[in-house]
Amino acid sequence: MVRKRRELARWLRRAAIAALLAVPAAALAVPPWYFQTPATPVAREIITLHDLIFWICVAIFIGVFGTMFYSLYRHRKSVGHQAVQFHENTAVEVIWTIIPFLILLFMAWPATKTILAAHDTAASDMTIKVTGYQWKWNYDYVQEGFGYYSTLATPLDQIEGRAPKDEHYLLEVDNPLVVPVGAKVRVLVTANDVIHSWWVPAFGVKQDAIPGFVRDTWFRADKVGIYRGQCAELCGKEHGFMPVVVEVKSKDDYAKWVAEQKQKLGAAAQNPNKVWDEKELVAHGEQVFNANCAACHQAGGTGNAAIGAPALVGDKVVLGPAQHQIDVVLNGQTDGVVQKAPTGGKMPSWSQLSDVDIASVITYTRNSWGNKAGENVVQPSAVKAERK
Amino acid sequence: MSSIPHDLVVGGVPHGEHAHHPKGIMRWITTTNHKDIGTMYLWFSFTMFLVGGVMALTIRSELFQPGLQIVNPEFFNSMTTLHGLIMIFGALMPGAVGFANWLIPMQIGAPDMAFARMNNWSFWLLPPAAFMLLLSLFVPGGASSGGWTMYPPLTIQQGMGMDLTIFAIHIMGASSIMGSINIITTILNLRAPGMTLMKLPLFCWAWLITAYLLIAVMPVLAGAVTMLLTDRHFGTSFFNAAGGGDPVLFQHVFWFFGHPEVYIIILPAFGIISEIIPTFSRKPLFGYASMVYALAAIAILSFLVWAHHMFTTGMPSASILFYMYATMLIAVPTGVKVFNWLATMWKGSITLEAPMLFALGFLFLFVIGGFTGLILAIQPIDVQFQDTYYVVAHFHYVMVAGTLFAFFGGTYYWLPKWTGHMYNEKLADWHFWLSFVFFNVAFFPMHFLGLAGMPRRVPDYAQQFTDWNMVSTIGAFGFGLSQLVFLTAVVKCIRGGAPAPAKPWDGATTLEWTLPSPAPYHSFETPPTVK
Repeated sequence: MVRKRRELARWLRRAAIAALLAVPAAALAVPPWYFQTPATPVAREIITLHDLIFWICVAIFIGVFGTMFYSLYRHRKSVGHQAVQFHENTAVEVIWTIIPFLILLFMAWPATKTILAAHDTAASDMTIKVTGYQWKWNYDYVQEGFGYYSTLATPLDQIEGRAPKDEHYLLEVDNPLVVPVGAKVRVLVTANDVIHSWWVPAFGVKQDAIPGFVRDTWFRADKVGIYRGQCAELCGKEHGFMPVVVEVKSKDDYAKWVAEQKQKLGAAAQNPNKVWDEKELVAHGEQVFNANCAACHQAGGTGNAAIGAPALVGDKVVLGPAQHQIDVVLNGQTDGVVQKAPTGGKMPSWSQLSDVDIASVITYTRNSWGNKAGENVVQPSAVKAERK
Repeated sequence: MSSIPHDLVVGGVPHGEHAHHPKGIMRWITTTNHKDIGTMYLWFSFTMFLVGGVMALTIRSELFQPGLQIVNPEFFNSMTTLHGLIMIFGALMPGAVGFANWLIPMQIGAPDMAFARMNNWSFWLLPPAAFMLLLSLFVPGGASSGGWTMYPPLTIQQGMGMDLTIFAIHIMGASSIMGSINIITTILNLRAPGMTLMKLPLFCWAWLITAYLLIAVMPVLAGAVTMLLTDRHFGTSFFNAAGGGDPVLFQHVFWFFGHPEVYIIILPAFGIISEIIPTFSRKPLFGYASMVYALAAIAILSFLVWAHHMFTTGMPSASILFYMYATMLIAVPTGVKVFNWLATMWKGSITLEAPMLFALGFLFLFVIGGFTGLILAIQPIDVQFQDTYYVVAHFHYVMVAGTLFAFFGGTYYWLPKWTGHMYNEKLADWHFWLSFVFFNVAFFPMHFLGLAGMPRRVPDYAQQFTDWNMVSTIGAFGFGLSQLVFLTAVVKCIRGGAPAPAKPWDGATTLEWTLPSPAPYHSFETPPTVK
């Protein structure tokens, strides 16, 4: 019994030492532990403000606990200290009420200045509307007249550990938000379904996206580069998988990029009836599927019964008449059993995707994972015809 | 007013040790004895602490490295949600009520709580509520997964697990309100002759103020979740913009409850610490009156700061400034309390038994949590930290190292009175040091994660966050396992140990130490007189 206890004590002591060593050992590699490099004046001000208040707190902490440890050292019974029976001293109590108050005033002043500056959205150079969706972002260039979705680009294989994770694991998207350097960008933020939060740490910007309401914020990036953030408000099961990526380009590159976007838009508008071949559709469809459908139906089309997403392998809608599948994808599930599940449990409408996207993704499902539907190719024109 | 005649309180009740009560399980189901009920609250709290702890370890296991390994994201979200709800409503709040039940009557010289039958009912509401919360894990659609804050519209989308959560909150709220009415009535009406309000032990003062806070805000929470319920099932649109509602309205109502709630959790802990520090310093509390005023000031301020939880929803600058200033002001009464505890220790005759160790651990770590709270109060900084691991670190420093450490300290402090045995000091010291070290290993790195930009409530993360998450997971397992030492120490103390004298701590001054150890089943049937 005694030996056992001694062994246990020895084991516990070893465990405690190992735990104590774990901290400095991990610190040797110095993983990131501080703010990301700021890229806007507001983000820089936030860091200055944080450091000021942090060091004031450290100073007070050392004062307070210096006193405590001194007292623990000198005023212990084991060193023979007798308790001195004193209590209540109005002067001391007034002092330790007023001095913290003055320190707070000293902290509040710079904080107030930063708040007023950070909330001035007037005189912006351009406006972008950001809409949060479960689980992706939409960026709408209001003045330029185009917009697009921005979806996680990390493949499922990396998330589920079947492939090595790349450098920007979970912080990469198919289409980043693109802005010019030095411009004051006003961001209108809203959401389509639940509350999201648009956050770019390097910009010092975090704004909740609230369905039914539009809030605004702004940033002025002063360095060209790619900046990565994430959705910061719990928005459902894929909350951790909807990053925000902003690419800040030089003025010229930005102008070029805008021209390209407009040209693409024009090309698509001019040629709605282009006939695509199966290979093109399947290749594009796979991208669309992984960005939009795989969250529920899974990358292999195996479905997720827990949330009411059927397997698409051998599914009767996928193998049946194309027109019905187009209708389901465009308008959501309107017939059959509607199961109430965490994510709504029913196929939502995907009418926000383009005709080409929908045609491609349908074609992809009809030709993948062993599926071979009778009508195995769906053209964008068929989707267009089905839109009401 | 400060006491009522003796025969009114105990009229018709059999006196003495040979209490006439059923044996076995029926004793616990039918008991109206404040000591039995206190014991049940404390064991319920500890059980929920282990259940919530297993959920925390599930979360930490998934976060040990990037990628999805152990649970899927829906279940992960259910774990974070239930961990929060169970720790707050199942572990911390009932734990505090357990201490109140055991100690308030003994500290004010009353024979029992004012409403003994209601006391039984307040406790027995809790197990079914906890059962419903856990049951929700097994219903179609799974448990609620929108976070313990339950923000709509996300929670409108969820399955019947959310309805079970809403009903569980209703029941636990009813339990809290009844408990609070009981505590207020007991303290205001059953004090021994001569015990004026300004002679009340600080633990009772802390609970009196907490009980008023509970009565003020639990109905607000009930209202908020009821609105959720009608939005979910009866076609109302309180929180739906398409029907003229506003999702942010929920956040205002929720945090009007939620902020006082954090003081509901910490004030009883302040009370316990204010009993322990003078005892082990062998000196009276430095500023009794200013401690009472500071408690009251914190309670009042807690109603004026709720929107600091919503700094990123997009508020006008004027509102932001108001809530920021009001939040910063809380540092003043909190400072008064900390300085008072220090001044109490100053020139005392200090010994470091386990209760004092936990009180000092509380002081040290709670102040860290207080400072990060001040940093979070500064709105521009909060914009960076809102919904990141920095916030997770902050509230675990005040909830775990704050309230939980105070409960551990309080348990060791009063165990001799409860059981009649001294606890094993060596085991208790091990419990403290293991908890202290592993707590910091688990939660200190979360500050770094938040600073570096890791959002909370995510099942997977970018690779630069890997190292600190690994350290944190190791710490969490260490902290969890350390609690088995606590369980061992408590069980050993109940089963035996050196017999405890009536007053095992020579510095203790409150009335419970005038009773023999263990405290008799019925105590103070004749009220003592307080000079």
